Amino acid sequence: MNYKNNTIKWSGIFFLFFLIFSSLNTNASGSETHESKKFEPGKFIIDHVIDSYGWHITTFKGHSISIPLPVILWDNGKLVTFSSSKFHHGNSAYKGYALGFTKETNGNIVKLKENVTGHFEKDPEMIAESSFYDISITKNVCSLFISISLLLGIFFSIAKSYKKRPISAPKGLQTLMEIVIVFIRDEVVIPSIGTAKYAKYLPYILTLFFFILINNLMGLIPIFPGGANVTGNIAVTGILALITLLITSFSGSKSYWKHIFNTPGVPWWLKLPIPIMPIVEAMGIFTKPFVLMVRLFANITAGHIIVIGFISLIFIFGEMSMGVGYALSPLSLIFYLFMGLLELIVAFIQAYLFTLLSSLYIGMAVEDHEAHEGHATHESDDTHPVLEPSVKNN
Amino acid sequence: MELITPDFGLIFWMLIGFGILFFLLAKFAWPIITKAIAERENYIQEQLDAAAKVKDEMKNLQSEHQLLLAVAKEERDKILADARKIVEKMNEDAKALRDKEHEARMAETKVIIHNEKMKAITDIKNEIAQLSIDIAEKILRDELTSKERQEQIVHKWVDELNLN
Repeated sequence: MNYKNNTIKWSGIFFLFFLIFSSLNTNASGSETHESKKFEPGKFIIDHVIDSYGWHITTFKGHSISIPLPVILWDNGKLVTFSSSKFHHGNSAYKGYALGFTKETNGNIVKLKENVTGHFEKDPEMIAESSFYDISITKNVCSLFISISLLLGIFFSIAKSYKKRPISAPKGLQTLMEIVIVFIRDEVVIPSIGTAKYAKYLPYILTLFFFILINNLMGLIPIFPGGANVTGNIAVTGILALITLLITSFSGSKSYWKHIFNTPGVPWWLKLPIPIMPIVEAMGIFTKPFVLMVRLFANITAGHIIVIGFISLIFIFGEMSMGVGYALSPLSLIFYLFMGLLELIVAFIQAYLFTLLSSLYIGMAVEDHEAHEGHATHESDDTHPVLEPSVKNN
Repeated sequence: MELITPDFGLIFWMLIGFGILFFLLAKFAWPIITKAIAERENYIQEQLDAAAKVKDEMKNLQSEHQLLLAVAKEERDKILADARKIVEKMNEDAKALRDKEHEARMAETKVIIHNEKMKAITDIKNEIAQLSIDIAEKILRDELTSKERQEQIVHKWVDELNLN
């Protein structure tokens, strides 16, 4: 009972903070809109959803407060590093580098034709054609590192407790994580991969689940160290999907490849002379991780957009009239709170889905189809019964 | 920075970051955690199995106990019944013996009584004979006190002799 009460208390405190921070956020953004030009909700939302070179926290009395992050550029075998604060939010150049100002280069670092530092002419003609690699520690990269350190901290401490007290009841954080770990093992990995081969893939699936989950949850915290849209970034979800694709392909059994290039139970004229089925199946290898990538990216980004959209409503109406803005803010906050709760669920569902589908794909790859050889109909991946609830969730 | 074009920098750091995370967790955290969980699960299962086994054994033991108790009871009853029978038999035997002895004694007694009776009767007879002789003597003496009488008797006897 005590435990339960504690949980309720903590979640209560958490949501209180949620509210306070969200109102802080609105105040900050509010001053921004009044100080500067007209409020552009579209730009406001996209700026919050995409990556940036600095970690903007708030704008206080016209001064933007943000954490400057290091810019690292690999330019023709030369490493250039400097603080992103040198850009002064796009108004200044540094050593010939500046934040993009044209439509194509918007927000990205561009190299200027002249090695200027400080104020520069925002002339598209000035942009040099030369390419360089941009490996800056952006907001998302920074958030990524924070999440990774958190994960390492959590799981190393848990591993230590397991080592210290073997064969005894779990305690604290260990209890919480053990439930999830056992759930992933017993409900996700073992049913999809099978008891014989699951142990090899369990570490990857567990890492994947907790990585996605913690980044989803960090994204819901409106202020530093959260608020970055890591799992709503296509590069991040793309890499995760790519790793799943590589694991699936490299652990594919003989029958898995046979299923792709010479699908049993399919009429011969679908394979010869035009290999329709092999092409479709080969495309399936790539569409599966592609769908994984897009699903996670779209769900998390959409959630962020809606949440910020509700906050933007206050300023859209506030611009019309101060009174309407204030009058509408409680309603907007209620919507925001509702969306926040929904996003909390989505954070878990999407982490679960990504892991479930990843382990299903791996399971399909490692499975021996010998038993199904005689089947008249080919079992398409999309008609897999386990997949059906996932489709509903989207 | 665009919404749907992946940035090279993020891809780069994501690969490195996730790689390091996976390597460290897969090397130092997951094996320990999953092994510990599996070990504990096994341990709990073993304990449960052992408990169930002990329970079964207890049950068996109890039923064995009861069986033993029942057998013992039966045996006791049997022993008791046997003992009773033996006692009865012994009683009967004793009675029979007693009766026999009694009878024998009675027979003996009867013989003795009979003998004593016969003896007594003989004694009485002898006594009576003696008494009769004595009486006859007395009578005779009385009878033969007077002379006439003596003569009378002698005469008589002589007469009788004569007759013979």
